Amino acid sequence: MTVEVGAYLLALALALAAAQTALSAAARGRLSPVLAGAANGAAIGCSLAILAAFGVLIHAFVGSDFSVANVAANSHTDKPMLYKVAGAWGSHEGSLLLWCLVMAVFGAALARARGLPFRLKTTAVATQGALTSLFLAFAVFTSNPFARLDSPPVQGSGLNPLLQDPALALHPPLLYGGYVGFSVCFSLAVAALVEGRAGTPFWPAWGRWVRPWALASWALLTVGIALGSFWAYYELGWGGWWFWDPVENASFLPWLAGAALLHSAVVTERRGALAGWTVFLALLAFSFSMLGAFLVRSGVLTSVHAFAVDPERGTMLLAILGLTAGAAFALYAWRAPQMKGGGLFAPISREAALVVNNLFLTAAAATVLLGTLYPLILEAASGATISVGPPYFNAVFTPLMAVALLVLPAGPLLAWKRGDAVGAVQRLWVAALLALGAGGLALALFQPRKALAAAGVAMGAWLICGAAAEVAERIRLFRAPMGESVRRARGLPLAAWGMALAHAGLGVFVLGAVVETGFKVETARALAVGQSLQAGAYVARLDDVRIVEGPNYLAERATLTVTAAGGHAARTVTAERRFFPVGGQTTTEVGLDFRGLDDVYLTLGERRSEDGAPAWTVRMHFNPWARLIFLGPALMALGGLLSLLDRRLRLGAGARRRAP
Amino acid sequence: MRRALLIAVAALGLMAAEPAPPPEAPLAEPAQEARAQALFDAIRCVVCQHEAIGDSPAGVAADMRRLVREEIAAGRTDTQIRDGLVDRYGDYVLFKPPVRMGTWLLWFGPFLLVLVAGAALLLRGRKATAEAAALSADEEKALAERLAADDVTP
Repeated sequence: MTVEVGAYLLALALALAAAQTALSAAARGRLSPVLAGAANGAAIGCSLAILAAFGVLIHAFVGSDFSVANVAANSHTDKPMLYKVAGAWGSHEGSLLLWCLVMAVFGAALARARGLPFRLKTTAVATQGALTSLFLAFAVFTSNPFARLDSPPVQGSGLNPLLQDPALALHPPLLYGGYVGFSVCFSLAVAALVEGRAGTPFWPAWGRWVRPWALASWALLTVGIALGSFWAYYELGWGGWWFWDPVENASFLPWLAGAALLHSAVVTERRGALAGWTVFLALLAFSFSMLGAFLVRSGVLTSVHAFAVDPERGTMLLAILGLTAGAAFALYAWRAPQMKGGGLFAPISREAALVVNNLFLTAAAATVLLGTLYPLILEAASGATISVGPPYFNAVFTPLMAVALLVLPAGPLLAWKRGDAVGAVQRLWVAALLALGAGGLALALFQPRKALAAAGVAMGAWLICGAAAEVAERIRLFRAPMGESVRRARGLPLAAWGMALAHAGLGVFVLGAVVETGFKVETARALAVGQSLQAGAYVARLDDVRIVEGPNYLAERATLTVTAAGGHAARTVTAERRFFPVGGQTTTEVGLDFRGLDDVYLTLGERRSEDGAPAWTVRMHFNPWARLIFLGPALMALGGLLSLLDRRLRLGAGARRRAP
Repeated sequence: MRRALLIAVAALGLMAAEPAPPPEAPLAEPAQEARAQALFDAIRCVVCQHEAIGDSPAGVAADMRRLVREEIAAGRTDTQIRDGLVDRYGDYVLFKPPVRMGTWLLWFGPFLLVLVAGAALLLRGRKATAEAAALSADEEKALAERLAADDVTP
């Protein structure tokens, strides 16, 4: 019975979203606050209805109601509670419902936003309502998570064991928060195209309105992607954390567009310039999100992450993408030429630095887009099949990003309108020396000697020292008395700390990625109990292998002792090979030994008998500085959060004067 | 009873999931093994979903790894090995697409974008600065009047 309530709530949500669109559009036409209030009420009602529907779905999963097709296909009574709940968003239907939920919640937040001009807000709320209606209609008519089975099975088929992991239970809600959060930027951009007038104070204000949404979405997406990457790192058991897999690329595209949007919105907010470009990026970010949804759910790309492969649904998603993005970009082509103008700036200025940032981020996004779609396009055009993988991205994406990162620290040190290049260089020479020193140290200390990896270390250090130099400059560290610097540091806006932290976080990530990629060591051997193998500075000894029983699996669990070279600092690690009788899948559970910044990473392979004695293939990776790869994105997201808090502070308290 | 059954099923699954292939012995020469590992990352497992043969647990990937090691041991160069694989499986087998007419856009498109967009931005910036520098006669007059007025009422 509750399941029918869920289906009803979903249909109700669709009706409310449609009402939100119609009422808000009517409110815009008649300038009626009453209609606008009703539209906002519908938006909030819609989000509550989907929230309740989602609750019903989780309830069905928790109670293992196998009369529901989605539960029967994705759950099992033996599954631990966390994964019963997470199973609600582990399938195509459930995750689409999650997508709609996030979209409606963001829509409700937009409806409650204050301070926006009446026309802009009503147009944005109507656009958001239209987007929500399209996706809800897609859910209701093609992917209803509440569909019943005529003859319910006694037991469910279980969730893909690879997905039964805490990181992956959290990964979709965060990722979708980012993906779908950009829908608000999209709606605000459409509204700006309809309402914006060239050369008015409208654009700086619009930049200020769109930035918090972009920041929140980008920060959520950052954490979501990092979690997904961490999951791939320790659940797939290959020792890698980024494979340039089409689905990873699909999540990376909105991230790159969102990062460009954040930076260009600053220029629009402060200087009224680049308005057209910022609007374009706001449209692009969510279009990329929708493209990602299409790629993942349609089966046009093969990927380890793809799910719900169904060409028919794919066609529907392509239609939604074509309709919304097509209409928005057509509107853009029509209106954008009329919004010329804005502040002028010299080739050396903060604006120019941000334009360079945008140029390279866009080129990077174009690379990822080309690399992802080119095999499809080429095959359709000429029948030739190619694969685009890591070697391509290393050759094209990495140099483009390297140029962007090289100029990054200079940007925040340049003044608006007309910057002082010599001054920026003077403020950065300490950072540059430190970075070169770090690169030199890497060249001298790390074995084997690798010039490119050392250059990468210098780049990471350059970003971190550059961010520190920027803060030091703003608080006049060592140039004013200490008390003065502390006072200035306290007075520094949270957004400034956020920016420095995010840029330093990028540097931390670069350090980790470069050192891990350049100096990781991998060995594999068949080990009998008591034997050992070595990778890097560590030795692992196989102590014991036994069969253990989990809640819904059985596993061979290997106990290994990891010691640093010389036999000291021994630690016990377990690695498992789990067999899930439901579905008959085998997964690896990596044994991870965190050694400071480094990882010792152990996977247990098949059991084999050699000369009568049982032995197991054990793979051992030594991944130096791997911790930084996941710490960096966390710092970046934290930087975004700090910046976001600053905004709210200022919106609440009005413009506060800060120490100059 | 149920537990015993489960264990039996699982033990079967764990042990007999795949007929154990002969263990993969690394090449004796470390330099040769390093070449093999580098090739493993660049060659796609032809039956898998976007996985390199170095990452894939599939049987085909193991066969391809063995093939690569054998060819290295037989003294073939990396280029010869890659060409041999392309002859057999097509360009699809390499994660690095070939540079030929059909893939120019893929390889050079992003750099072209930076060059063209960068040049356009520079030109526009120069034009904008030039426009900003020159005021029309009317504007000069209006400006002079405004300045004069400011002089009277500070």
